[in-house]
Amino acid sequence: MGNSNDGVRGVMGRDGLDGLIVLLREAGYETIGPRARDGAVTYEAVESAADLPWGVAEEQAGGRYRLTEDASNAAFAHTVGPQSWKKYLYPPRQTLWTGERTGKGFTIESPAPEPKPYAFIGARACELAAVAIQDKVFGYAPHHGRAVGQQQFADSGYVRRRGAAFFVAVDCRRSADTCFCCSMGGGPAAESGFDLRLSELIGDGRHEFLIEVGSERGRAIFDRLGARPATTADVAAAKAQTQAAAAMQTKGMPQGAAALLADNLEHPQWAKVAERCLNCANCTMVCPTCFCSTVEDVTDLTGDKVERARRWDSCFTMDFSYIHGGGIRQSGQSRYRQWMTHKLSHWEEQFGTSGCTGCGRCVTWCPVGIDIREETAAIAAAPKNKQA
Amino acid sequence: MDTILPASGGFTADPMTPRPFLVTKRRKELSDTFTLELSAADGKPFAFKPGQFNMVYAFGVGEAPISISGDPDQPETLVHTIRAVGKATDALGMLAEGDMVGVRGPYGNPWPVEEAYGDDVVFVAGGVGLAPLRPAIYRVLTERERFGRVVIYYGARTPEDMLFRKELQAWRARFDVSVHVTVDRVTGKWGGKVGVVTQLIKSGGFDRHASTAFVCGPEVMMRYSAEALVERGLAKTDVWLSMERNMKCAVGICGHCQLGGSFVCKDGPVYRYDVIEKPMAVWEL
Repeated sequence: MGNSNDGVRGVMGRDGLDGLIVLLREAGYETIGPRARDGAVTYEAVESAADLPWGVAEEQAGGRYRLTEDASNAAFAHTVGPQSWKKYLYPPRQTLWTGERTGKGFTIESPAPEPKPYAFIGARACELAAVAIQDKVFGYAPHHGRAVGQQQFADSGYVRRRGAAFFVAVDCRRSADTCFCCSMGGGPAAESGFDLRLSELIGDGRHEFLIEVGSERGRAIFDRLGARPATTADVAAAKAQTQAAAAMQTKGMPQGAAALLADNLEHPQWAKVAERCLNCANCTMVCPTCFCSTVEDVTDLTGDKVERARRWDSCFTMDFSYIHGGGIRQSGQSRYRQWMTHKLSHWEEQFGTSGCTGCGRCVTWCPVGIDIREETAAIAAAPKNKQA
Repeated sequence: MDTILPASGGFTADPMTPRPFLVTKRRKELSDTFTLELSAADGKPFAFKPGQFNMVYAFGVGEAPISISGDPDQPETLVHTIRAVGKATDALGMLAEGDMVGVRGPYGNPWPVEEAYGDDVVFVAGGVGLAPLRPAIYRVLTERERFGRVVIYYGARTPEDMLFRKELQAWRARFDVSVHVTVDRVTGKWGGKVGVVTQLIKSGGFDRHASTAFVCGPEVMMRYSAEALVERGLAKTDVWLSMERNMKCAVGICGHCQLGGSFVCKDGPVYRYDVIEKPMAVWEL
């Protein structure tokens, strides 16, 4: 979407990040950004640039994640960790409403909304892509899936939080071994969906940030940052960095996965992956687009006060497909198939987009290192049903 | 905290917030099945189409997706026929007249009764699957002159499991409806047919080229019934089924009811057979 701020860019020093965080906080935002904690980079409240994980990178592989030292002392040397911004826009547990018994009846109250809007600092291209996908799922943005023209509903809480959120994107300067955003059609440079976009420029003795405006409210913050105008050399340096990151991605998702999987719902590979899959649900918990939820009813000791809450759920649990008489997906292989075919294939039918952004979290955080790229490739290598 | 006030019309302000209804009548149907008649606490009628369902909430216990079993032309009374098969439905079964329930809905695509105008109409029901079909039967009987022959095939496990028995007898007594009933297994006194409902379809009684069929029952019964109807000469596009899956939200955001690329809550529960035939046949999809 074009706007009058297209191409508005500046360059600020390393200290400029602190100024940015202060300005966002003054504007009323709760600032959330990456922090090194418990051996991982997680997304937490940050009060100043000192809270950011300077000099922290990581190694990732199937079933493996280790923090490492980054010699350039960059603020954003890490790639993606176990969490995503999903935990803020679509919290793991939300009270839907509370109720109280009154005689034979009851009354219902809705919970108070969050007091402050969020500003997310350090959102990667794959993460902005994930937000754009959830926007379609939760009714913040229109979609072109099969349900168009039928009943459409919006998740009012998501729409409220999403509309208020401010996104500071960061371009990736490196890729982890688990990254495959390029093969999913986005990244490692953030091209849209941000209010401000940062590129951390490091090398030849410099450590600066190229900052680009992506929206009106981004412009309002940018104008107060005091950044010097960016040169074509600055822009070229940023681009060279993201190109280097892209070149580090050697293993991608095979093309045509959606049609391939739809045609191979009864492929022998499902049984093979089920032999390794622990049904632990980690992949669904770390995925930035997985949206399934269940509801919980909680009462106090008297039974007169109740709470109804919505909680992240996973298609890997037995309860997920339960109807009277038993679950629909009794076997591990049908549950793994549900997750992977939904993500890569049925999502297209439902929302007109893939559910995968290539962030690689499901690969890293799988305890046995099942790799969604390899599973797709295995089916592509020996499709049971040839594609029409 | 603000109290959410139910919006006028079918939906509450937020799709996850129920609207209060009062139990005006409770009727035992079978050993494990009962009917609740409800009226909105605010007195407003509840408009719905045949085949749609609601999420019905028992205070402090939970919600269950329940199809509407009443007459769409009498929207002042909301009727649900419920089999007690879990925590929420057990709790709904213990309610008495004057108690309150929460209702969200109506949800889902209806039986397309209008598509059958001019055709013979065939209803095929198995067990409590008669309940979601009853609003469509009511609608067809209200507009009786718009249809050709009206045939109801009903199969139950035993004579004691036959739902709406008096109503079936009343329909059977009409000259403009034919009702055929069978049971899987005979217990006690039973002078009728024994066997599965698909055998009734084979006996015909409807125009094989100009009929619309609405089928509801256990999934395997629907599959074989649809096959029998197609074998009898019906086009797959004239056969409609109602699917059942786990549902937590009923508005397409909880993910539980997925059946391949569709959400049963909003792309179904009523599907045209040619659309659902393949996904239905995939093991544990």
